[in-house]
Amino acid sequence: MLAIEASGVTKVYRRFSNRRQFATLKSALLKGTLLRDLHPDETFAAVRNVSFAVPQGSTYGIIGRNGSGKSTMLKLVAGITKPTEGSVRVEGRISALIELGAGFHPEISGRENVFINGIMLGLSKREITKRFDEIVEFAEVKDFIDAPVKTYSSGMYMRLGFAVAINVDPDVLLIDEVLAVGDEAFTHKCLDKFAEFRRRGKTILLVTHSLNLVEKFCDDVLWLDSGRIRGEGDPRRVVSAYITDVAKTEEKNLAALDARARERVDHAAPTSAGAASEAAGDAIDPPANMFTASEGRWGSREVEIVDVRILGEDGAAKQVCQSGEAVSIQMTVRAHKKVEDVVFGVGVFNADGVCCYGTNTDIEELEIAEFSGEQTVTFRIKSLDMVEGTYKIDVAAHRVDGYPYDYHRLLYSFRVKSHTKDVGIYRPPHTWEFTAGISVKDIRERK
Amino acid sequence: MFHNLAQLIRYRGLIESLVARELKARYRGSVLGFFWSFINPLLLLLVYSFVFEFVLPNRSPEKPYALFLFCGLLPWTWFSSSVLEASGVLISSGNLIKKVLFPAEVLPIVTVLSNMVHFLFGLPILVGFLIYYRRPLELPEVLWFPVVLLTQLILTTGMALIVSALTVHFRDLKDILGNLMTFWFFATPIIYPMTGVAKGSLQHTLLNLNPFTHLAISYQELLFYPGNPPGPFGHWRGLVILLFASIGLFLFGYFLFDRLRDSFAEEV
Repeated sequence: MLAIEASGVTKVYRRFSNRRQFATLKSALLKGTLLRDLHPDETFAAVRNVSFAVPQGSTYGIIGRNGSGKSTMLKLVAGITKPTEGSVRVEGRISALIELGAGFHPEISGRENVFINGIMLGLSKREITKRFDEIVEFAEVKDFIDAPVKTYSSGMYMRLGFAVAINVDPDVLLIDEVLAVGDEAFTHKCLDKFAEFRRRGKTILLVTHSLNLVEKFCDDVLWLDSGRIRGEGDPRRVVSAYITDVAKTEEKNLAALDARARERVDHAAPTSAGAASEAAGDAIDPPANMFTASEGRWGSREVEIVDVRILGEDGAAKQVCQSGEAVSIQMTVRAHKKVEDVVFGVGVFNADGVCCYGTNTDIEELEIAEFSGEQTVTFRIKSLDMVEGTYKIDVAAHRVDGYPYDYHRLLYSFRVKSHTKDVGIYRPPHTWEFTAGISVKDIRERK
Repeated sequence: MFHNLAQLIRYRGLIESLVARELKARYRGSVLGFFWSFINPLLLLLVYSFVFEFVLPNRSPEKPYALFLFCGLLPWTWFSSSVLEASGVLISSGNLIKKVLFPAEVLPIVTVLSNMVHFLFGLPILVGFLIYYRRPLELPEVLWFPVVLLTQLILTTGMALIVSALTVHFRDLKDILGNLMTFWFFATPIIYPMTGVAKGSLQHTLLNLNPFTHLAISYQELLFYPGNPPGPFGHWRGLVILLFASIGLFLFGYFLFDRLRDSFAEEV
């Protein structure tokens, strides 16, 4: 049996145009555009031709980026807005956790608000009286229940709203990204409540950005992208497709960001060694304090780093890597005339500007013989043992004594993604071991 | 539409609690609290009687003038504050309409009802004045009072529905309305008696077209002129016609509200 059935749902919103915003009754009457103003011509489809079905007792997730139509879909299911085309059918009592405490009146007490909010959500007075203690208990606001709601902290406010909504005892529960309302302990309590709902065979529709939650809880997932269905079905498959897609966008964004940084630097610095004149002297000498310098490029350009790329295992350029992957930093260098005395270096910085790792060929006692022309230098990382985050890199070519040929400061970035949410700046390869007295189960569901 | 109207019965519990909340919240934090419901009409009455008995003494034969004024002013306050408040109620509760599923017409209805409660609180003041001036009421006429009340309730609710729904789309209605209600006030025989307007004149005809005229006359006849004209309630024809017209207006208002309902969540 289906609890929610959406077929061919399209929701068209009116886009605000100047004409419409300033349209008033007076002008509408004067120009006789009253009827036309009520039927706008500029529109925007937030949800386009979306169909899905949620069987009774299952938990269904909707994921997607900001503005992909998730919340609109939820409002359509809740019946708060009506679809422009198509239909939505829901079996049983709905409770929508779209905004917690939306109906609270700030001037009156928590107790009275619980009653009014409960009635608004479809409970009778008697039902609320019966559940009142449970609601207050759940919200952890016992001492403040008779104080006006305006004196509540935002956490208390949200918790009370959540407690009322969850105690409506719906057949279908709609949740829009509301689990971020409390501290850790409260979040756990909410999750326990959801689990209890599932056990009792209730249907849950969950809109969230927390992919973990989706993988853990949902039986099926719908992935929306600009109002259209991009994927549906098994959570793990859909989530991983979604992650890949997000990574692609991130890659594009990072690339654009880097390109902008380099462009800025190139404008400020000489583009070739010959142009290194007095006026551009700043660009030759390194900044006074190397460690606080932001992105930039300096050096004499006798050896020029013309291109830097981050390559994956397969040799394709990428900027979003999985932690533990093999990655290379490849620089294309050009010596305009024969040079001896060259050192190549690489440094990796995290978002806080902390140097996670830095090395060069001199430190590692590699002596580079005289060369000229265009060459490639590759810094190969066997396993990228870094925690999740965005990193920037320095690459440099200089003399042993530090005289810079070409120094690129923080001009390239890459992002590390990790299934393990560990923290720090360094992840040593490690395992956990226990003696027989401690039994351990690997609950990680991924490969 | 009629289905939705029937559904509304299910929400009477909500309407009840919202009216109670409205009344509680209004005076929360003030020293006199609920007494303001009594004091406000009293002060209003004092202001008007001061103006019309001392500042602009009029030649009106209606004595005591303050009592005459109060008979029309009290119901008018109910009507005009309901309509004015209703014009903003959907917008100010925008968050609620966007986030919670419930029939939005509850909001203007609550506005009308909570103002009605204020009106009812004003009645004891009126009764106090009647006793003070020793003006007995005629029992058969008093039986008409609930009908007058019902007529005004339906008329006011109809207006509130229309105004609240239209204001969502035309925000400046709210500003126009303030002046419109002032004009309407002076175009209603509240501060002057209808008998002072020459019968058959244009003004008389226009005043007759004003629905609130008939309400004001009815209140005045019941409370101020008992037994004049002698016998049963003399204005009953006008009132009954108005009752049916009000039902018509209410149905039209509800129809309009129902048609615009789906746009509220997007517009407010």
